[in-house]
Amino acid sequence: MSGMLSYLVFFASVVLILGIVVLGLNLQWGFTGLFNAGVVGFYAIGGYTFAILTAAPLSGHMGNFGLHWSLGLLAAMFVTALAAWAIGALTIRLRGDYLAITSFGIAVTIQLVTLNWGALTGGPNGLTRLGRPLAGWFDTPAAFNAAYLVMLAAIVALVYWGLERMLRSPWGRVLRAIREDELAAVALGKNARRFRLEAFVIGSALMGLAGALYVGYIGFVSPFDFLPILTFQAWAMLIVGGSGNNRGALLGALVVWGIWTVSGIAVTKLLPPSLAAQGAAVQVILIGAALVAMLLWRPRGIIGEEAVVSRHTTD
Amino acid sequence: MSVSLNMLGQAIADGLLTGAVISLGAIGISFTMQIMRFANFSHAELLTWGGYLALVGVGFIGAGLPTAGLSFGLGLVAATLLAMLLTGALAWGVDRLVFRRLRRSGAHHLTLVFASFGVGLVLRHVIVLFWGHESRFYTQELQIAIELLPGVRVMPDQVFILALTMIIVLALHLWLKHSRTGIAMRATAESPALATACGIEIDRVIRATWFIGGGLAALSGVFVGLTPQLNAEIGGSLLLALFAAAILGGVGSLPGAVVGGLLVGLAENLMLLWVSPGYKQSMSFGVLILVLLLRPQGLFGERQEGDR
Repeated sequence: MSGMLSYLVFFASVVLILGIVVLGLNLQWGFTGLFNAGVVGFYAIGGYTFAILTAAPLSGHMGNFGLHWSLGLLAAMFVTALAAWAIGALTIRLRGDYLAITSFGIAVTIQLVTLNWGALTGGPNGLTRLGRPLAGWFDTPAAFNAAYLVMLAAIVALVYWGLERMLRSPWGRVLRAIREDELAAVALGKNARRFRLEAFVIGSALMGLAGALYVGYIGFVSPFDFLPILTFQAWAMLIVGGSGNNRGALLGALVVWGIWTVSGIAVTKLLPPSLAAQGAAVQVILIGAALVAMLLWRPRGIIGEEAVVSRHTTD
Repeated sequence: MSVSLNMLGQAIADGLLTGAVISLGAIGISFTMQIMRFANFSHAELLTWGGYLALVGVGFIGAGLPTAGLSFGLGLVAATLLAMLLTGALAWGVDRLVFRRLRRSGAHHLTLVFASFGVGLVLRHVIVLFWGHESRFYTQELQIAIELLPGVRVMPDQVFILALTMIIVLALHLWLKHSRTGIAMRATAESPALATACGIEIDRVIRATWFIGGGLAALSGVFVGLTPQLNAEIGGSLLLALFAAAILGGVGSLPGAVVGGLLVGLAENLMLLWVSPGYKQSMSFGVLILVLLLRPQGLFGERQEGDR
């Protein structure tokens, strides 16, 4: 029973962390129409920044500064934002799909750096003994996990509230105006590139925060926590839940991660170990096909975007 | 680290050979980007499919007797031709099934990019499902390297690949310039609306684009499989290089894709003289960033300001 409960706590924590990623992606795609094909890259930048700054000092490592976790979280967001700004500034002025290609490139490059730059990232072994948030305040792992879950829920609530506020502000309305009709927005004197870049940077910073929260939770970091499939999962969550709707983004995180986890368990339980690779392949094929089908027949997702009518027009 | 002249020569030879493979893949990605206006992330998987379809063919008829120092004979050639046709059909089939429906439903062109992301994943994992993650070979023949210059060695297969690539590109160039379908393709690339107004059947142009892109991708995949092996990741690991080549050359330009491919191949291999091979894939990313920074329209491309 307690095993089941602790598993549910773990599951919920992962869903909340991924929820932050999907909220960030929703700001980029759902509200601004920016295609980020390197979600995992930004997630990894956040995770590794946090790990490098907070890990206990170790000889032979350039990083491992042993800083406090709160600094780690802030720095993770800042460094991720910086990376997003660099590629955004370069590509947002160009064809829409160039941002997709370069963000994909960032993800590949980050993966190679984490694997190969051992002195900084620990290479395939990763980094351990990180400065975990809340650690030291609780005696048992169960208490820590429960407290971490509460903290994650609070952070998600804060992010959700902040995003809703921003999207209902003039800033958010401009984003949607640009997404719907860039020419009209520009004609009204809005600097489309600047708004797009801001949305891209903020969304990516949220992904970086999520990455930091994830490695802070599990207490170590390695390249295998940041596999390319994560980009695809985050997209699946957004599309299934309903892009353009923050509640849909969170719901999508729950539904897709639930399906992914259950199908993963089914594959390991039902298939002999010799067929593990095939089972994993079937899992990806099914989710991929479901996603393409969703795009074709129900692009709105489960919830979808609410039609917004100005309150000034109805009297 | 000091780099000797031999190493430099070898890197240039290897770079040109990698470049030929990248060029063939980049042609399709570049044409799709220009004619259908979306970056097709699933294109790289067509390389993998081509490679494995040829493997199936070789499984039935054998790779043929090694001739003229090559590691294979007519069997592989026949299997490759068949694989090119089938991969072209696959690319076109996927378009009918997914991309065309999205185009007709008036979806945003970035939705197509996203769909291609999903299609690519499905295509790759179907390969994993049937063949797993192990490496495969067309033949077990050993080859003796030729010493072109002192210290610069190439395999006969590699020379064959480079020569064949150049012949095919030249033929394609002439076909685009003179055949009816070729002219229609160039017109559509320039302006789909104007082309339709002139009575060009866009559907035919699109079909030709997929068959050419898919066929050349298959050829590229077979070449990767020959030098030296095939696995489920060959396409995916080249994706960035293909995009870099297409954009460096100028989207929609055949000479651009070829020159871009050769330059990316050269850049990759030359940089490997100084940088650890672990970073190979990010080399093409570096090239891509430089192009976007300095000349986003590419070498042979026309400026498309604000084309979103």
